[in-house]
Amino acid sequence: MSSTTVKITSLTITEQAVNIVKNSLTKMTNALLLPVIGISIFIFLWSITAQSIHTSLGDFPGPNAVVKQFSSLYLEHKTERKKATEFYQRQEKRNAAKLAKNPDYDAKIRAYTGKETFLDQIVTSLITVTCGFVAAVIIAIPLGIWMGLNKRVNLAVNPIVQVFKPVSPLAWLPLVTMVVSAIYVSDDPMVSKSFLTSMLTVTLCSLWPMVINTSMGVSAINSDLINVSKVLRLGTLTHIKKIVLPASVPMIFTGMRLSFGVAWMVLIAAEMLAQNPGLGKFVWDEFQNGSSDSLARIMAAVVVIGFIGFLLDRAMLQIQRKVSWDKSSVNA
Amino acid sequence: MNWKKSINTRLKQLALSSAVLLSFTNLSHSETLGEPEKEELKFGFIKLTDMAPIAIAYENGYFEDEGLYVTIEAQANWKVLLNGVIDGTLDGAHMLAGQPIAATMGYGTKADIITPFSMDLNGNAITVSNKTWQQMKPNIPKMADGRPVHPIKADSLKPVIEQLKSDGKAFKMGMVFPVSTHNYELRYWLAAGGIHPGYYAPHKGDTSGQIDAQALLSVTPPPQMPSTMEAGTIHGYCVGEPWNQQAVFKNIGVPVVTDYEIWKDNPEKVFGMTAAFAKKYPNTTIRLTRALIRAAKWLDDNNNANRPAAVKILSQSNYVGADYDVIANSMTGTFEYEKGDKRDVPDFNVFFRHNATYPYYSDAIWYLTQMRRWGQISTDKSDQWYKDLASKVYRPDIYVKAAQSLIADNLISANMFPDFAKETGFKAPQKHFIDNIVYDGKQPNAYLEKFNIGLKQGDKL
Repeated sequence: MSSTTVKITSLTITEQAVNIVKNSLTKMTNALLLPVIGISIFIFLWSITAQSIHTSLGDFPGPNAVVKQFSSLYLEHKTERKKATEFYQRQEKRNAAKLAKNPDYDAKIRAYTGKETFLDQIVTSLITVTCGFVAAVIIAIPLGIWMGLNKRVNLAVNPIVQVFKPVSPLAWLPLVTMVVSAIYVSDDPMVSKSFLTSMLTVTLCSLWPMVINTSMGVSAINSDLINVSKVLRLGTLTHIKKIVLPASVPMIFTGMRLSFGVAWMVLIAAEMLAQNPGLGKFVWDEFQNGSSDSLARIMAAVVVIGFIGFLLDRAMLQIQRKVSWDKSSVNA
Repeated sequence: MNWKKSINTRLKQLALSSAVLLSFTNLSHSETLGEPEKEELKFGFIKLTDMAPIAIAYENGYFEDEGLYVTIEAQANWKVLLNGVIDGTLDGAHMLAGQPIAATMGYGTKADIITPFSMDLNGNAITVSNKTWQQMKPNIPKMADGRPVHPIKADSLKPVIEQLKSDGKAFKMGMVFPVSTHNYELRYWLAAGGIHPGYYAPHKGDTSGQIDAQALLSVTPPPQMPSTMEAGTIHGYCVGEPWNQQAVFKNIGVPVVTDYEIWKDNPEKVFGMTAAFAKKYPNTTIRLTRALIRAAKWLDDNNNANRPAAVKILSQSNYVGADYDVIANSMTGTFEYEKGDKRDVPDFNVFFRHNATYPYYSDAIWYLTQMRRWGQISTDKSDQWYKDLASKVYRPDIYVKAAQSLIADNLISANMFPDFAKETGFKAPQKHFIDNIVYDGKQPNAYLEKFNIGLKQGDKL
């Protein structure tokens, strides 16, 4: 009897092991193989269709052309860096000579005046979008919480939010540009006007989804939790810190992720239209150049823009996982 | 007559010593040319090959030699560029010759813009779409080898426009800016062929420039010309390089005439800055002019020997950014008209020869006459008015200071420049226009009387 039981258990163990292996295999295929298959099919279709689209700037760039452009963009970056080093060396020499001639000369080291490379543009865009987004968070979250807690405020502010929410960034852009150049006047500005314009446009557009989601999240808190807070007689700030924020984090983050996506898209458009430094300007410049490499370079930028957008979203998700107490509420 | 002889020798000695003295003053002049007051500068440009002097002055280190740290930035269109210079985001820019003149006059945005440096001669062309070309071609006289006789006149275009009109359609062409060289060249060419390009009437608020027009002209930014024509919005355009050669490369149009053929050695772009800038930073202004003169000379040195290197620089994405071959086609002394019909035009782009960089008053006055001809200046003006306005905008005084200090520094020899002692700023009457009308900058009003189409003295719309 006992031996059969053992047999059965051992069988179940091996079966279980097989099952586990099977499961993890299917998981692996699901996680790795399927995306790889999807991407390969996409690349295949892309290269096929690319060949059959003829534009006045040559064929539509296929995957090969784009990969080639990535390496040439990197090469350009390296050459430009070398030029920059030489520029600084020349400048130091010149400054020394001037100082020798005139000891009162105010020798400054000036930033490199050459062109911004593709990598520089990526960094510029990332900084701009982060600053714009952080500014939006600083305004939107407190406003959203206030609206969520107070019905009257909500009623007063909601119409404004609803009207501004669907406005395209491109409509804001001329206004922002004019206002910035009128108000932000300084001989030695800390940040450039173009940076401020792009940043404010991003802020204006990523504000609204965050305000709405935060206020909805806050107003939808379980009444039990609110009652607990009432029983304990928590002060307003403690109430917000201990009850409101933890309970509404999932909604707030949904709003933030939505906003960040909007912010990234808005930024590229704003840079393109206002010729502000960044990836958008890169795309527009290449379009204007109309060289035989232009389309491939734009396609390379498109891939990079998409990839960065994806990474930003993942990063937000990680932060959300970190800060939510209810891990089940986090959905990819 | 010994005393006479001795006086003669004395006089000769005097002349000699004064010459020495003069060169001395030149030397001391260069020594007094102080350090630049403003070292960090930002210049704007439009993606056209004639921005080359700015790019070369940067790449060859001429700006740095003057102690200037210059950032060069492409601008979206001429309006944005002009506003940038006016509001101070740009310290100077590659400008259409008409822009400083119009701004100073108050046509469009009013601002005191000056130019110490003329950037180039020629460099533009008129391109028509393939379809228009097919219709024009039968009307053009042919040479023995079957290629069209040049210059192609607008007479051959006239039947095409009439045909379109009888079909109830309008003939449309693009140019780059209301006060651009291209607008006036296109108008000149059309009018010389009996096609009315339309009047402006700013005093009535009509700045479309289409009153009485047989050909409707409108503004399109240079880099967008080829795609706008490809889309069928316009039938042709007048623009600088590389956008005509690009039409040939893309197989979407045919350049029919260059501005060299419309008016031989016509002044084209200038380097513009505000009068306030030049006043506040005199050394900086002279120094940047020095750098630009050196760059222009480099571009023309040894019979265009440096052009291939220049084309390579211009084809970088931060400058013009078009393909090497496209830019090289016009900058290295040839010009491709109809595909395969490549002809030698050694002076298609002139940066330094023929005193190209000297800001002549007569050049400014020619633009003013055309503004009057097409109604942008709505009332009669005296010859003196033309002269006064020209001397307010064109500043040979700054140019001469820069040139003399270059001579003193032995960077460029004096014979490469006009004789500054005698130069009046007026070129001798110019004959080489497509309609053979002679232009004398000293008599703008008399010049206007010579045209069949265009406003004359006493005309007001």
